[in-house]
Amino acid sequence: MIPVAFDYIRASSADEALAALGEHGDEAKLMAGGHSLLPMMKLRLAYPSVIVDIGRLSDLSYVNDGGDHLAIGALTRHRDVEINEMVQEHAPLLAMATAHVGDPQVRHRGTIGGSLAHADAAGDHPSALLALGGSVVATSASGDERVIDGTDLFTGFLESSLEPTEMITEIRIPKHTGQGWNFQKFNRRAQDWAIVGVSAQRSNGSAKVALVNMHPTPIRATAVEEALAGGASAAEAADQAAVGMEPSGDLNASVEYRSHLARVLTRRALEAAGIS
Amino acid sequence: MEISVEINGTSHTSDVEPRTLLVHFIRDAAGLTGTNIGCDTSSCGACTVHFNGEAVKSCTMLAVQADGQSVTTIEGLANGDQMHPMQQAFMNCHALQCGYCTPGMVMASVSLLDEIPDPTEDQVREGLEGNLCRCTGYHNIVKAVLSAAGGGQ
Repeated sequence: MIPVAFDYIRASSADEALAALGEHGDEAKLMAGGHSLLPMMKLRLAYPSVIVDIGRLSDLSYVNDGGDHLAIGALTRHRDVEINEMVQEHAPLLAMATAHVGDPQVRHRGTIGGSLAHADAAGDHPSALLALGGSVVATSASGDERVIDGTDLFTGFLESSLEPTEMITEIRIPKHTGQGWNFQKFNRRAQDWAIVGVSAQRSNGSAKVALVNMHPTPIRATAVEEALAGGASAAEAADQAAVGMEPSGDLNASVEYRSHLARVLTRRALEAAGIS
Repeated sequence: MEISVEINGTSHTSDVEPRTLLVHFIRDAAGLTGTNIGCDTSSCGACTVHFNGEAVKSCTMLAVQADGQSVTTIEGLANGDQMHPMQQAFMNCHALQCGYCTPGMVMASVSLLDEIPDPTEDQVREGLEGNLCRCTGYHNIVKAVLSAAGGGQ
């Protein structure tokens, strides 16, 4: 399968990539690792006329200690996030969710910024970002930076609040050192996307829960969180996991089955995170 | 655009369309047909090669992304007539039936041991999750990788 023809620009700096976006606007797509975009282009579900290759911007590949948070460069590859000791210590949920993305070959190429910009409800990263209360830094062609909270990032099916002339340059994850957490992923083959997944993260007495593939967007399970805040047990709160969700049915799972999975996996995740 | 990719230590230069996939460059421009195309959707792993030393699926990379970079294919593993220890382990353990997945399996296995030199059986099974064997010959493949990790015991 061959993508539709396109013009190729290899950016040697973020400024160069943003200038190309400024020039070509909607016609251009950034390609980081290319492991979400290229498969869509091969299936001709996406056909950008300009590809701006940002895969070599190694200065955007890092994990830094930002004090109360970890600052992760957008071009940091999944493998490098997965095995990073600071991520494992301060945000183990993110390390575990990352370890569930695709397979080793995919994790050698895919990047955390690319995954989040792709805004796939079936992706593992967005749920971890939401449960950890993370945010992204978006830089625009004019050089402006803004911080987008994870809860404001995902706006529709494969749509984000990023402007066509913005790119994610950094991901910020508040430290959750030593706090209970869990990641659940149910799929039929090891490397598949989740049929349903759950990220659960405790934080100083409260808990955030986010679901994978239960809605057109990555989403927080606010009904579960509110039930827990109101004193419900893990099992009672997990019963609320499908409230307000609009999952799709497909060959793998009907709407009813997905809703059932969300309740079961949320209970498991909460209990494993130490909530009884 | 004209690109040069170092494949198995030899530089291959060719004028390609930006949409050319790396696996097509390897097979058609460099003439190295050991790397197979299976699913062509980054699921099966038959097209696995090493890109700058790490296993990747060459059906899910553009050749232009590999410009100036280093690729190793299954043809680059052996030292003359002497097979790579992983190839030898696959042969000793009868870790192939039809052989179609084998080049990708071997490349993924070598990359796995680079990252985890002494893996458990579970780590081998998880580490090869990106490679499918339609003959379902997984047990002997896992044995081969464990054998290669143990120095061919």
